[in-house]
Amino acid sequence: MTGRETVLARIRAALADVPSEERPDDVPVPRDYHRSHTGPGQDTVALFAERVADYRATVTRTDRAGLRDAIAAALTRHGARRLALPSGFPDELLPSGGWEWHAEPLGVPALDGLDGAITLACAGIAITGTIVLDTGPGQGRRALTLVPDYHLCIVGAELIADDIPEALARLDPTRPLTFVSGPSATSDIELDRVEGVHGPRTLDVIIVDPGISPQS
Amino acid sequence: MTGRGVVWLGSPPFPKAAREALKDGRLRANLKRATTTIRDKRLAVASELDDWEALRESAAAIKRRAARHLDRYLLQLEESVTAAGGTVHWAADADEANRIVTGLVSATGEREVVKVKSMATQEIGLNEHLAEAGITAYETDLAELIVQLGDDRPSHILVPAIHKNRGEIRDLFAAEMGSWGRPAPEGLTDEPAALAEAARLHLREKFLSAKVAVSGANFACADTGTVAVVESEGNGRMCLTLPDTLITVMGIEKVLPAFTDLEVFLQLLPRSSTGERMNPYTSLWTGTTPGDGPQAFHLVLLDNGRTDTLADEVGRQALACIRCSACLNVCPVYERTGGHAYGSVYPGPIGAVLTPQLVGIEQTASLPFASTLCGACYDACPVKINIPEVLTHLRAEAVAAKGRSAEALAMKAAAAVLDSPRLLGAAQKAAALGGRALARGGHIGRLPGPLHGWSDSRDTPAPAAESFRTWWRKNRENR
Repeated sequence: MTGRETVLARIRAALADVPSEERPDDVPVPRDYHRSHTGPGQDTVALFAERVADYRATVTRTDRAGLRDAIAAALTRHGARRLALPSGFPDELLPSGGWEWHAEPLGVPALDGLDGAITLACAGIAITGTIVLDTGPGQGRRALTLVPDYHLCIVGAELIADDIPEALARLDPTRPLTFVSGPSATSDIELDRVEGVHGPRTLDVIIVDPGISPQS
Repeated sequence: MTGRGVVWLGSPPFPKAAREALKDGRLRANLKRATTTIRDKRLAVASELDDWEALRESAAAIKRRAARHLDRYLLQLEESVTAAGGTVHWAADADEANRIVTGLVSATGEREVVKVKSMATQEIGLNEHLAEAGITAYETDLAELIVQLGDDRPSHILVPAIHKNRGEIRDLFAAEMGSWGRPAPEGLTDEPAALAEAARLHLREKFLSAKVAVSGANFACADTGTVAVVESEGNGRMCLTLPDTLITVMGIEKVLPAFTDLEVFLQLLPRSSTGERMNPYTSLWTGTTPGDGPQAFHLVLLDNGRTDTLADEVGRQALACIRCSACLNVCPVYERTGGHAYGSVYPGPIGAVLTPQLVGIEQTASLPFASTLCGACYDACPVKINIPEVLTHLRAEAVAAKGRSAEALAMKAAAAVLDSPRLLGAAQKAAALGGRALARGGHIGRLPGPLHGWSDSRDTPAPAAESFRTWWRKNRENR
């Protein structure tokens, strides 16, 4: 017998007590939990900003007119000069000045030589302060937001979901999905939290209201 | 033999190992500080969600549905992963899983792999098996790195190096990093931030050059074929994203019926595990994606004793475990003995119910007794595993396996006395007289004769002069 046949035969033998006519849906799954933990009339965007900041990420809120300046301010504050630029990121948002924009495709060694990456996101989650990336336009391949030490992420206000169930319902599971909640961190030494291990040690989030579309 | 690798061969039984561990004052101090911190954080974030109980109920039910129809969901998962460009392998036991993974790595021609922290690969002893084949596995989770550099064993599911304090870790990094790769920086201090930075520098070259990665999985969704890894440091993302080949070893019990079921588990796991609203990074991937991430993805489905557990109608609920480790952090026994005393990859309350089921009760007969049955683990469990229920069930099995031991006879005698008010009254009276004769300052230090085994690691309060039953009869009954 192959491993596959062995495992399947063992499972079926182990489940001898399950009636043969039972279907998966016959096993009741109560779903009495809330679809969202936000309160009635709560400002989702404000909550998202507060929760992202709880992870010691820097959060800025702006409108479209102020976005270029907000980007310039974040990059200046962090001292990031050489930046990875995903395809589909709107050119008109890039501030002019002494910044180098390195367009995809970028290999791992090239990414390792950059100061940071600037991207859009595909969703935000207010209750948990999470941004979600799905490698779509303006977000880059997964390595782009991983290898450089700094990530500046721009999230459109209308992309911010109240809570996890709503966000998951909007996502496409066939795409690679990365949920980011603050900078990388570890609690492995005496359960003392340290921000910044292998992923970007600094995460800046700019919330733009109304949001912007990626460049086609 | 099933379940090979779960227990560390040659480990002493729990009572002996616990007695040794309890002598280690530094270990007890490290554990107490760490478990107290994480308990407080967990309570704070779990109580933010006023439907916590509903989430637990739902999680338990989803896991129950998946377990009762496990064959069907695994076949569906195989189909989904294959359709998305992955390859699924089935391993009946540790040996088969190790052979599969070693064969896959060898086929790439690589001699090094980077690893994401994974209980399943711990369980099967994959690193040792790869080493025999001349392949070096680099652990990249900070705590696993500490354990690997120290040639040590993990003592906690979430924070495997919880038994080590910062000073010990500093000394270890300074002494050992050089023999595995980039040495620790000169003048390394014991600040956690400095230690994390040393690990970042040490592992970076490995991440950037690795061609093969091995991971575990927190969840896999049967309907879409999506696999999830939940982590904090970014070492998971490095391993899941940068290499050409990704090999994921996953226990068969990790399958969830649907992608949407993640909405329950992604709420419960981070809050129960690290006490955060969400962990820093969760990666979800479905097969392979052209131009992004590994272009070869292998999913190894591991049995290794899980089907034996599934066959036990009481014990199968332990397969719902999502490895959050909340039960370890609330357990009064774990807090004092630490994880090594359990002699298993899976320590603490969940280990006490999982290990004997995975490897057989005969080898691990003392583990179901490594508990006070206080029930704190059941309360903390995000998937509502009734650990005390499984423990008592396994105790009965252990006693039956042992035959007519002194303990079995004593338990039988105790049952007879507790059943009879007359016998109980007589026993209590005898204990009051005898016990008070032995006591000094209200405590009995060392018990006489064969009973000293009880008193060697604990003090026994002297019995009260009269039993509660006697007192009640005199003072309350006729009012």
